[in-house]
Amino acid sequence: MTQSHGLRKFHGRIMEGVCLVAAIAAVIPLFAFLWHLVAMGASSFSLALFTKLPLPPGEVGGGLKNAILGSLLVVGTATVVGIPIGIGAAVFMTEFAKPAVTSALRFACDVLSGVPSIVMGLLAYQIVVRPMHHFSAFSGSIALAFIMMPVVVITSQEMLRLVPHSLREAGHALGIPAWRIAASISLRAAAPGILTGAILSISRIAGETAPMLFTSFGNPFLSLDPKAPIATLPHTIFTYAISPYDDWHRLAWGGALILVLGILGATLLSRFILWWHQRSLNS
Amino acid sequence: MEAPATETPERPPAGLSASPKPSTRPTAFQESAPQTAPPPLSPDLAVDRYHRSTGRTADRMFRVATGFCAAMIAALILVVILFMVKGSIPAFKDHGLGAILSSAWDPTNQKYGALTFLFGTAYTSLIGMVIALPLAVLTAVALVEILPSGPAKAISLAVELLAAIPSVLLGLWGIFELVPLVRRFEISVYRSPLGLRKLPIFSGSPLGVGFLAAGLLLAIMALPFILSVSREVLLQVPNAQREAAYALGATRWQAIRRFILPYSWKGIFGAALLGLARVLGETMAVTMVIGNTPQIKASLFASGYTLASVIANEFTEAPSELAISALISLGLILLLLSVTLNAAARIMLIYLNRSSGAPQGAK
Repeated sequence: MTQSHGLRKFHGRIMEGVCLVAAIAAVIPLFAFLWHLVAMGASSFSLALFTKLPLPPGEVGGGLKNAILGSLLVVGTATVVGIPIGIGAAVFMTEFAKPAVTSALRFACDVLSGVPSIVMGLLAYQIVVRPMHHFSAFSGSIALAFIMMPVVVITSQEMLRLVPHSLREAGHALGIPAWRIAASISLRAAAPGILTGAILSISRIAGETAPMLFTSFGNPFLSLDPKAPIATLPHTIFTYAISPYDDWHRLAWGGALILVLGILGATLLSRFILWWHQRSLNS
Repeated sequence: MEAPATETPERPPAGLSASPKPSTRPTAFQESAPQTAPPPLSPDLAVDRYHRSTGRTADRMFRVATGFCAAMIAALILVVILFMVKGSIPAFKDHGLGAILSSAWDPTNQKYGALTFLFGTAYTSLIGMVIALPLAVLTAVALVEILPSGPAKAISLAVELLAAIPSVLLGLWGIFELVPLVRRFEISVYRSPLGLRKLPIFSGSPLGVGFLAAGLLLAIMALPFILSVSREVLLQVPNAQREAAYALGATRWQAIRRFILPYSWKGIFGAALLGLARVLGETMAVTMVIGNTPQIKASLFASGYTLASVIANEFTEAPSELAISALISLGLILLLLSVTLNAAARIMLIYLNRSSGAPQGAK
C-alpha cells in the first residue's frame, strides 16, 4: 500500500466498476431470453394452443393440448410420489435420526441433487421401462420423482431445522407423543417454508426434458394412460424446436411461454408465500 | 426425544386421583429402583391418559414411516450407481475399458469409443466455466460488498429466475437467437483483416453452432449456481475482517482484494466445483446448439458432441442392446464425474463451515 491515496482510490473505482458491469452482465441473459420469448411467444399464444392437438407438418394451426395435459399428469404423479417421501425423510432427519445419520443423509441428498437429470432418466429406463417393455407416462413420473426427492428433502430439512427447539421442548413438557410433536408442531411451524420448497421442486421438474426422452417418450396424440407413452410440454418444445417447420417453431415458442409463465409464476408465488409468512410473524 | 423403549406395565385403568405409586415413594429418589418404570406424569390429566394409550404405537408407526422415506433416499443413491454399473457391464465386457480412449463411435459397426464425447464435455464445460466463474465471483462481490441492498436484491432475484429457466428453453433461445449472434461474431472473425482465422481456436467455417455456442449457454446455466454459493461464502466473511482492512486505511477495493477474497478462495473453489458438476451433465441446451458431430477439434467454432447429448440423441435409436449398454456406460461416466465433484465440493464446504475458513495468504 505504498501508492498515493488518490491513485488507490482511482484504481478501486475502476475495479468496483468492473464488478458492477459483471453484475449487469449477469442479468442480461435473463432479459434477452424473456424479451425474445415474449416477442415470439405472444404471437402464437392463443386459445387454440390449449384446446387443439398438434397437426402434421404442413398443416397450419393446431395446439399443444396433449403436451399440456401430459405434463400435468406426469408432473402431478411425480409430485404425489416425490413430495411425501421427501418430507417424510426430512422429518426423520430432523426429529428422530442421530446427528451422524442426519448428516450422512444430507450428504447423500446433496450429491443426489447434483446427479445429471439424464442419468436419472437412464435409471428410470432400466428399472421401469425395461421390465414393462415399453415407454410409459409412469416411468417419466418415476424419473421426475427421483430428481425431485433430494431437492424436497434439502429444502424441507432446512426449514425444519429453523423451527426453534423450545417449541418442541414445550411439546415434550406437555407430554405430547413424539409423532404429534413432529406433525403438529415442527411440520406446522415449518409449513410455509416446506410449501415453498415443494413449489420450487415442482417447477424444476416441470421443465425437465432429458429424462423424458427415454421414459415418457412423447406422443403426438392425446393420451392420459399412465402405461402408454405420453407427450410432455418440454419434450414437445424440444422436438418442435429442432424440426425444420416454421409452424412447429411457432408452437414451440407458444409452449415455451406457457412453461415459463408456469415456472416463473411458481417461483414468484413461493417467494410471496415466504414474504407473507415472515410479515405475519413480525406483526 | 425418543420414547422410552422399555416396556412399562399398564397403568391402572381408572382415573384414580390418588397416586398409584405410594409403595415406591420411599425409594422415589433412587434412580435405579428395580421395579419402577418411568414415573407417570400427572395421572389425573385426561390428555396424558389419551396419549399413553395411543402415543406409543402411533409413535412407532410414524418413526417407521418417516424412516422408510429416509431409507428410500439413501437407497436411491445406491440404486442409481448399481443400475448404471449393471447396465454398462455388457459394454465393458464387449470392448473393455480401453474403448474410453478410442475416438471411433459407430454403433452400427460396433465401435464405441468415448473419447470424442469426453473431449466435447470437457471443452464445453471449460468454455462455460472460463466465462461463468469470473463473472459470478465479480457479481457476488458487487452484490455483497458494493451495491446497496435494494439493487442487490433485484439482481439476486433476476439471477434466481434465470436459474429457474429450464435447459430446453435456453436451448430454444440458443437456436433462434444466440446461434445467429455467434455466427455473426464468427463471420466477423473470419473476415477480420488481422487474419484471426489462422489461429487454431478460430479456425473453421462460421456455422454458429458448435463449442462456442454450447459453452455460452453452459456459462449462462452455471452462473446462477456459482453466484449463489459464492455469495454465501462472501457473506460468511466476518465483519471484523472488513473493519480491520478499513482501520488500516484500505480503500474498499483493497479491502475486497486483500482481506475478503483471500478469506473466501476455498469456498469459491467449492462453488466452482459445484458449478462444474452441474455443467458436465447439462443435456438439452447443449444438444440443441453444439452441432452433434463426433469430432475432436480445438477450434471454438467447430461443432462437437458431448456425453450427455449423445445419450439424448441416440438412446432411442440405438441399433442394438450393446449400443444401449454403451450409452448407459457413457451415463455412468457422467454419474461418476458428478458424484465425485459434488462430494469433493460438499466435503470442502462442510470443512470450511466447520473451521469457518482460516484466512489463507492474507497479507
